[in-house]
Amino acid sequence: MDMNEIKEIFFQECEEQLAELESGLLKLNDGDRDPETVNAVFRAVHSIKGGAGAFGLDDLVAFAHVFETTLDCVRSNKLEPTQDVLKVMLKSADVLADLTNAARDGGSVDESRSRSLVKELEALANGELPSPSALAEAPAPKAAAKPVPAAAAPTAKPTDESGFQPVPFSFDDFGGEGDAGSGMPAYEIIFKPRYELYSKGNDATLLLRDLSRLGEMTIYCNTDDLPGLEELDPEGAYFFWNVTIKTDKGEDAIRTVFEFAEWDCELTVKPVEDARADATSNDELPMVPVPFDLSILDESGATEEVSASNARAEETAAAVAAAEIASNVTQLASAAARVEKKESAAAAAAAASAAAQNNAAAGAGQTIRVDLDRVDRLINLVGELVINQAMLSQSVIENDTTGTSSINMGLEELQQLTREIQDSVMAIRAQPVKPVFQRMSRIVREIADMTGKSIRLITEGENTEVDKTVIDKLAEPLTHMIRNAVDHGIETPEKRAAAGKNTEGTVRLTAKHRSGRILIELADDGAGINREKVRQKAIDNDLIPADSNLSDEEIDNLIFLPGFSTADKISDISGRGVGMDVVKRSIQALGGRINITSKPGHGSVFTMSLPLTLAVLDGMVVTVAGQTLVVPLTAIVETLQPEAAAIHSFGANHRLISIRNSFCPLVDVGRILNFRATQANPVEGVALLVESEGGGQRALMVDAIQGQRQVVIKSLEANYTHVPGIAAATILGDGRVALILDVDAVVGASRGQSLKAEMSLAAVG
Amino acid sequence: MSYAVKNLNEGDRELIAFRIGDQEFCVNIMSVREIRGWTPATAMPHSPAYMLGVINLRGAVLPIIDLAARLGMKPADPTARHVIIVAQVRRKVVGLLVDAVSDILTVTDETVQPTPEISSELERQFARGILAIDKRMICLIELESLFPETESEAA
Repeated sequence: MDMNEIKEIFFQECEEQLAELESGLLKLNDGDRDPETVNAVFRAVHSIKGGAGAFGLDDLVAFAHVFETTLDCVRSNKLEPTQDVLKVMLKSADVLADLTNAARDGGSVDESRSRSLVKELEALANGELPSPSALAEAPAPKAAAKPVPAAAAPTAKPTDESGFQPVPFSFDDFGGEGDAGSGMPAYEIIFKPRYELYSKGNDATLLLRDLSRLGEMTIYCNTDDLPGLEELDPEGAYFFWNVTIKTDKGEDAIRTVFEFAEWDCELTVKPVEDARADATSNDELPMVPVPFDLSILDESGATEEVSASNARAEETAAAVAAAEIASNVTQLASAAARVEKKESAAAAAAAASAAAQNNAAAGAGQTIRVDLDRVDRLINLVGELVINQAMLSQSVIENDTTGTSSINMGLEELQQLTREIQDSVMAIRAQPVKPVFQRMSRIVREIADMTGKSIRLITEGENTEVDKTVIDKLAEPLTHMIRNAVDHGIETPEKRAAAGKNTEGTVRLTAKHRSGRILIELADDGAGINREKVRQKAIDNDLIPADSNLSDEEIDNLIFLPGFSTADKISDISGRGVGMDVVKRSIQALGGRINITSKPGHGSVFTMSLPLTLAVLDGMVVTVAGQTLVVPLTAIVETLQPEAAAIHSFGANHRLISIRNSFCPLVDVGRILNFRATQANPVEGVALLVESEGGGQRALMVDAIQGQRQVVIKSLEANYTHVPGIAAATILGDGRVALILDVDAVVGASRGQSLKAEMSLAAVG
Repeated sequence: MSYAVKNLNEGDRELIAFRIGDQEFCVNIMSVREIRGWTPATAMPHSPAYMLGVINLRGAVLPIIDLAARLGMKPADPTARHVIIVAQVRRKVVGLLVDAVSDILTVTDETVQPTPEISSELERQFARGILAIDKRMICLIELESLFPETESEAA
């Protein structure tokens, strides 16, 4: 494995970490105060920083470091994760993603943006702290030593990881008593590296140095294991360290230091009871940080409730004790009030963490990373197996007259097995739409920022699974639609207030499975489509005749026409020359459909129905001039048997078919594909009413319909070349190749655009 | 058949010889992937006359070319006795319909005589030389010249 491969893995992991980071921040934004969420966020940034450091990606490291520092303040409850704070953090997460991408692809990053964010982050980290350096060094002692007004105490006080804050208490009265670390829990750590730690390039010294940043530390190197010189393996690991550290950051922080080495060392971390007991008795400090066993976080919610209430009881006791020695009466009152407040907070935190654990249990599974090529090969082979099995069944049925032979039974079982294999292989490529949805939340944030609107993105069903290729191609149209929704759909806060709506706009992105397809819905609560304006614009642009009488739905669908933009003036966001027509086309290219429903004043809903996979297609198998063709089912609106009375000649060689009082051009597929020289008699065939990208309908004439079937899409381009009018090929049950019709191209050809590209000798190459 | 045992000297090459009508041709063995019988092909719209269509080669769509027609000879009327030479030409795999495959020849570069001066441009375009073996005349075909590179369109 060379460096580039390792780097590639790092970037893949970065992507996961960034997703984790963003989802964590969004959870915090939604009011989740579970320390585990904060830790996850912190860990994500920390891992990126660690990896980036190994590859010498200095920009990334520098930014991640500042980010991490600020996150650490949140983690240690020095910084309240308010909406404002989280806004900065979400932006920082975006910049971190940009920097990661830049490091991977060599692109550039808006430096002014990252620089101003670094300032904001630093300000956040410093704002609540006495001095910036204290943060990395030993923040707690200084925080304790500095006189803090009682009212401000809760945010500045040391806490443990559980989210329970110790009783607010002024340290003024005890200043100077005891050492700087008094009142802080001490931990005894035995760190015994194994040989593997060093072989992976880790350094125990660095880990210990990191550890020293957590607090006051005494360290003793144990050389008992060191063998005599003749037995010494120069690459062996013989030293181990006993460390005693006083820190307010809790056991988790200590373990985080060893995160990268945890498999390669023996590590025991245990709180030192004696040290704390001493401190308490010596100084007669009533304020004792509530001992909190972190392991209970791993237990079920029920246990947690119990522990939580225990903790509350202890807290209350401590508060009472604190009150006894407090000379100030108001302080007593405020302390008591705060305890009450915290009780409810603690209960909420417990509930939230229980919920988070449920989520984690549901979401976490063991995964492996596999090259997409390998999966594709497997899928191909299974497709072959299915076809072979069908061919085998066919020949057995033809040759076997008894009907109940063991061969038949075996075949049936084989059939079942192959189907199961096919399903599970397809499932391998399936992935939740979550990453795309998460990207959307970033886009919403950016555009909301640019337009000065306040927007909330709600996502639902983000665990709905779709084929990876669909997910990849979904991002672009979705981005565009979200841009539209935020830029055009949702009104400015002032207008919203005037309309009696919540000033914060809502965009709801939903994914769900519906009868073998995925349904993605994008709903905004904006002003809806201004039909009069749309209609006028369509008339101005010669898209519809001025006197046309259109239904509301038809007017809404006008925005999908090429060259249409509802914005009065072209803004930075949408004025990029791509309209909803492009969105519609890319959705159709995916074998999907898009619909819009809009209520004036209440917003619009875009509904996309997409196939679960691009490898398989639902098709109508038809016969044209002796050839078997497959027409994508998504293109077909209805099928009908034309009657002679409904066929009308139009000009020299055009024919129209009247369907419910409207006339639709007839297109002979056999003729247009050059399979026959003259047009077939429409009455003998079947008409497939299809809808093309322009919204126009055409009746495609085929000779007969064989039936509906799911077909595996095979590339024609791989060995041949693109064929006009043909989208791809497939292999039918009899082992023969059938061509899949490119409906849009055929309809386009019927409009006069030539289907015959330069099919020269060269084109076969 | 075992191909590996032959020790090829420097400059030796192996060719697959085949028949179209009463003429003999050969191509470099390195570009031949497999040889299989004829199966009916699915016709392609708007294709040149020598394009017989596509067949299913274990899941891949394989275009079949009537080599006779491609070389400007009388188009073949494929039967079950015809043979498809599956060959790799650059990054693509194509099937060449021929009447029959005859043998594998091991020749040195010196055996290959230059193409005689003839008036037809078509033949000279494909032929890379002529081999005289046991009174037979075998025309060496350069597959790449059958399919000039126009990757921009196909890619």
